[in-house]
Amino acid sequence: MSASDAETKAPTPTLPRKGGGSGAATDGDDWISPVLKDNRAGTAEEPSPLAGEGRVGDLRSRGATATGYNFAYLDEQTKRMIRRAILKAIAIPGYQVPFASREMPMPYGWGTGGVQVTAAVIGPDDVLKVIDQGSDDTTNAVSIRKFFAKTAGVATTTKTAEASIIQTRHRIPETPLTEGQVLVFQVPIPEPLRYLEPRETETRRLHALADYGLMHVKLYEDIARHGHIATTYDYPVEVAGRYVMNPSPTPKFDNPKMHRSPALQLFGAGREKRIYAVPPHTDVVSLDFEDHPFEVQRFDKPCALCGANNVYLDEVVLDDRGGRMFVCSDSDFCTSRREAGHRGEMAADPAGAGRP
Amino acid sequence: MYVAVKGGEAAIDNAHALLAHERRGPEEIAEIAPEQIEHQLALAVDRVMAEGSLYDPALAALAIKQARGDLIEAIFLVRAFRTTLPRFGASKPLDTAAMAIERRISATFKDLPGGQVLGPTFDYTHRLIDFMLAAGVAPPAPAEAPAETSAVPRVTDLLGGEDLIEREAAEAGEPVGDLTREPLDFPADRDLRLQALARGDEGFLLALGYSTQRGFGRTHPFVGEIRFGEVMAEFVPEELGFAVPLGPVALTECQMVNQFHGSAERPPQFTRGYGLVFGQSERKSMSMSLVDRALRTREFGEDVVAPAQDEEFVLSHCDNVQATGFVEHLKLPHYVDFQAELGLVRMMRAEHAATRAEMKEAAE
Repeated sequence: MSASDAETKAPTPTLPRKGGGSGAATDGDDWISPVLKDNRAGTAEEPSPLAGEGRVGDLRSRGATATGYNFAYLDEQTKRMIRRAILKAIAIPGYQVPFASREMPMPYGWGTGGVQVTAAVIGPDDVLKVIDQGSDDTTNAVSIRKFFAKTAGVATTTKTAEASIIQTRHRIPETPLTEGQVLVFQVPIPEPLRYLEPRETETRRLHALADYGLMHVKLYEDIARHGHIATTYDYPVEVAGRYVMNPSPTPKFDNPKMHRSPALQLFGAGREKRIYAVPPHTDVVSLDFEDHPFEVQRFDKPCALCGANNVYLDEVVLDDRGGRMFVCSDSDFCTSRREAGHRGEMAADPAGAGRP
Repeated sequence: MYVAVKGGEAAIDNAHALLAHERRGPEEIAEIAPEQIEHQLALAVDRVMAEGSLYDPALAALAIKQARGDLIEAIFLVRAFRTTLPRFGASKPLDTAAMAIERRISATFKDLPGGQVLGPTFDYTHRLIDFMLAAGVAPPAPAEAPAETSAVPRVTDLLGGEDLIEREAAEAGEPVGDLTREPLDFPADRDLRLQALARGDEGFLLALGYSTQRGFGRTHPFVGEIRFGEVMAEFVPEELGFAVPLGPVALTECQMVNQFHGSAERPPQFTRGYGLVFGQSERKSMSMSLVDRALRTREFGEDVVAPAQDEEFVLSHCDNVQATGFVEHLKLPHYVDFQAELGLVRMMRAEHAATRAEMKEAAE
């Protein structure tokens, strides 16, 4: 299979990152209990994920180990195993790399894959942003952000532009990502063909043969039945002209943002034990037909709070008499616009962060 | 008017503080100690150890207390702790023939070397609520007899002597898989299947085992033997070169004996289904051995026709920590995806109405 050939020949590209720390090896760290590690942390080289120049965040990361766990929770051997999977995933864009997903202290289906990927790539100098449904304030985003603030002691932010790592569930930020940023997706079902073929043995064969007929037939049947493709999220994409990939259940509105993005996009599925990646500047094409080209959702109105057009909106129910308003799903984008003086039709006062 | 959802952090902290308060319950009632759970709710502790796949009764008891008695939550806690533990190596294979027997029964032979030992069991009790327990009456002392010192050979070994049952020799030195360290790949070998089943949800395996009895993948099982007791776990440290005991582990082992008519290559012979779990759980070990045998269907050249025989189906869904996480993740916000579907359904309804109107016009 081309996939396993590629594994042995794959080059090991450096993850695009600013800063970073020392790549101190800590072989055999597994033997040391978390408590011992904690005591040791003051003297030993602080393990850091990726090679880079200079190490700045030593004090911060030492403070982090005060939780009794290793930096960013996972032990170094596990992080290395995950990094190997990530490197392979980057080398074969869109290919799902199996990895020995660990049991994390949050439930499966709640971002364990994304958390493991983030834990494997995060360093003491990183600035982390976590969003769920585009928002920094939803409960799970808060919980994951707190997890890393506690176990890694890293700086966190809600500003897309300030973050070096953004972990996300179901959205890609509206603010365009830049070179050096890493976007980590939490993925529930990594297999784009899963609902068409439940068996893993079979779907892996279909990927190996690049046999995506099932998917095209499914999309065609949508058109035959409804006159258009009736897939609105989890819309399949073809990556670098080879693998069909599940964009994680982002709305198809976000698909074009993946195309040739300057940021590194990593996808982690903890329960399903798969990691996949879209390296920077890689082609990501949503599947479609010549006579039925891919289209994104359009909203009739701009955001009611910040007046933004061409952004993804959440519908908010105002009353039980059909009252509705549409507001940006990306809470940081909306807040920044309002701070910059943009006003939507329902924003009460210029400084009012969403209050009536 | 719309109020943006803010202050999630404080709300989460408050929710967890309330949880701790509810866990404690009314202050006038004495707080339960983990030791009480460990010794008086021992079967719950056993289940948490088995499905948490970590043998540590005190830790399991604490997890049950922390989880307010929600066993799957307790299993989850134990699993998340286990994943952080260092691995020193693998123990020597446990010798269940050398078990200090507390209970041992066979359904295939009326009497056999070592005898039938009932031990502590709910079997043959009348399931009548015992109100004396509520009154806190001390139970009478159990009967005592000198310990049986003779060997208690496994029933499958007795059958094996006549070659009536398939032989099962582990390749010496062959590494045993570990699905917590390597991703599970299909088709999975029996070592990994057994590991998955040993960690699997008792209720799920019970239902699957039951389904094989009702004809969804029938295996004609007999309980060759169930034994429960302690076995010494041993480990060979590299620097010593000989085995040192780590401590006793309480286990329930079930050897299911199944009918097999033979094939062109193989003479008729009984086949095995195997179940092994931490602590005392006959339900789990029996269910496991039924499902283990069902999962060997292809090995015997039989057709996979039932759910219990389908390894992708069984192994992908038997883990209750995975299952509960993914089922309960539906609680998480899905507004973005739902918005996408909402937009689609509205559009399709509009199209539908337009088509209907057109057809009506055309008819008139």
